[in-house]
Amino acid sequence: MIATENDAYQESFQQFQSEQSSTAPAWLAELRQTAMNRFTQLGIPTKRIEDWRFTNVKSLAAKPYRNVQSISLSGGEAEALLEKAKLDESFHRLVFVNGHFVSQWSTEHELPEGAVIGNLASAIREEAGDLQNRLSVETDDEAAAFIALNTAFVNDGAFVEIPDGVTVDHPIHLIFLSVEAGQTASHPRNVIRLGKGSRAAVVETYLGREGEGYFTNAITQVDLDETAFLDHHKLQHEQTESLHIASTHVDQKESSEFRSHYFSFGSLMARNEINLMLDGEQIESTLNGLYMPTGEQLMDCRTRIDHARPHCNTYELYKGILDDKAKGVFNGKIFVHQDAQKTDAKQSNQALLLSDDAVVNTKPQLEIYADDVKCTHGATIGELDENSLYYLRSRGVSKDLARKMLIFAFANDVVQGVEIPAVRQHLETILLSSHGLPDV
Amino acid sequence: MLEIKNLHARSEDTEILKGINLSVAAGEVHAIMGPNGSGKSTLAHVLAGREDYEITEGEVTYDGKDLLDMEIEERAAEGVFLAYQYPVEISGVSNKYFLKAAINSIRKHNDQPVISRSDFVSMLKEKLALLGMDKSMMDRSVNEGFSGGEKKRNEILQMAMLEPKLAVLDETDSGLDIDALKIVSEGVNALRSPERAIIVVTHYQRLLDYIVPDKVHVLAGGKIVRSGDKSLALELEDKGYSFLNEGSEAVAAS
Repeated sequence: MIATENDAYQESFQQFQSEQSSTAPAWLAELRQTAMNRFTQLGIPTKRIEDWRFTNVKSLAAKPYRNVQSISLSGGEAEALLEKAKLDESFHRLVFVNGHFVSQWSTEHELPEGAVIGNLASAIREEAGDLQNRLSVETDDEAAAFIALNTAFVNDGAFVEIPDGVTVDHPIHLIFLSVEAGQTASHPRNVIRLGKGSRAAVVETYLGREGEGYFTNAITQVDLDETAFLDHHKLQHEQTESLHIASTHVDQKESSEFRSHYFSFGSLMARNEINLMLDGEQIESTLNGLYMPTGEQLMDCRTRIDHARPHCNTYELYKGILDDKAKGVFNGKIFVHQDAQKTDAKQSNQALLLSDDAVVNTKPQLEIYADDVKCTHGATIGELDENSLYYLRSRGVSKDLARKMLIFAFANDVVQGVEIPAVRQHLETILLSSHGLPDV
Repeated sequence: MLEIKNLHARSEDTEILKGINLSVAAGEVHAIMGPNGSGKSTLAHVLAGREDYEITEGEVTYDGKDLLDMEIEERAAEGVFLAYQYPVEISGVSNKYFLKAAINSIRKHNDQPVISRSDFVSMLKEKLALLGMDKSMMDRSVNEGFSGGEKKRNEILQMAMLEPKLAVLDETDSGLDIDALKIVSEGVNALRSPERAIIVVTHYQRLLDYIVPDKVHVLAGGKIVRSGDKSLALELEDKGYSFLNEGSEAVAAS
């Protein structure tokens, strides 16, 4: 047999399947096998695939990552990371270490009747939530290799079910830590469903230990029933040698609202996809993002919005601040299907290049098959505005402080869109420490 | 206070200032008038330090120091202030933060302690009242969404807060209605003092009814072609700038 870059994954997979064979239901073993076959068929994406053109993932994804079957939690490193990740004691908290749920570090405050905030592995054991159907994710697209890979190793993650008409008062904080030594891979799968008229806020934090690079390959699936509201946040703080690939798939029904706030700081290479299917009328969705790569980091932000039904509004604002030799990619697809009259879709991507070697590739991609719609998109790529710098300096402000003020202002715009105070403060602190404004 | 000698400046391939000579003493108000494109704004920005211009010849001495050798922020810290014709909008930076950053940057440069919060607040309140501005404007981003008149007032507010030694007002009257013009002029006049010099750059005589200059200079073709007292401004108002062609020859010949 010829060795391929997938060998490590194949080996890991065989081992994983055999270890799971005594506990996993037959449908799950089959789902995993089918997904592995699909992954094998697709292989690690190359630059020849349009959706991977600017993100050369091959060398990083082909490392022999190992799947972590059991975690030790010794040595205090995991706890130290957890302390860094925590945002507020009032949050419901689910902690995962290398893909495995850690119940003793998780906190569940009192919940309204019927609401479930738990982990996927338990939900599978308890045969909850129609998971047999829901865990299977579309992998027809040639770019979907990592989605197939996640499904091949699907095992644990968050499982959130909020029944009709229930409001969860405190945000649900999902913390994913990569702690185990060596080149590890984890494939968290989060399954979130909000019933009719229910409301919740979710925060996902990704963080890992220093040292050898690891691989996080995450999927979050969200189902919003009629008039449900989810405020979703993702804080990507992976350590800077790591590979982070993730996708969030949102299925929205009539009059529901989804808000996404994506903040990307860590990883050597981070690719985040958000796919929204607006399958109902009067839906609102907001996608806000801020990515700040430095050094040799690459951050690839992709969104896809399918307007399938009439009278839906979507707003999208992504901002990038790129320094050193960093690379950024923004790809925003909006499909307005034939039936989706009176669609209002606004998209904007703005990138600030702080060095001559930083590069950003931005691609708005609108396909409109309805004739009565409002769709706008804009992309700006630039340096700090010379006029603004001159103006500030001509009032006595030093060049350095003037630059800081302008960078902070650019990023803060996205941060101020976050409504949960503890999350916003956390982000403000990061902005202040990296591109901060001193107290004057 | 300010001594400009044979100043030549160019922007890319175009020579704009072609030998300016000007001397301004403390306590004086000078008006620089002239037709569009004569180099008035260029002169103002060369003094403030805008980097788009290349100084090819001449010198500028300010308070005995070489002004052209100073960084933009250093000039401001030494007391040079330019009120812009087109104030810049800066989204995401509040007026209040900006003003405080400017004041304290200047204080730091001059080895002075930072301004206390209460001193800053009371000073700001006083200056806002002087210019008929609402304090809610201070929480808004710098000049963002301000009307033309509000922007000009905001320039004079900054000037009043920073208390410069040399203030250059670049077409501060443009885009102002008569009421706003009066308020802005009062703000400027309040700053007249024996220690302070003011240069008013304007196309029209109108502003000089309110800010009465000690001296008036006419700038044309990158040179000062005539100088006189305030009556020169009235003469220009009367005759327009058309006489300048003969005038400049006369100056050159003399």
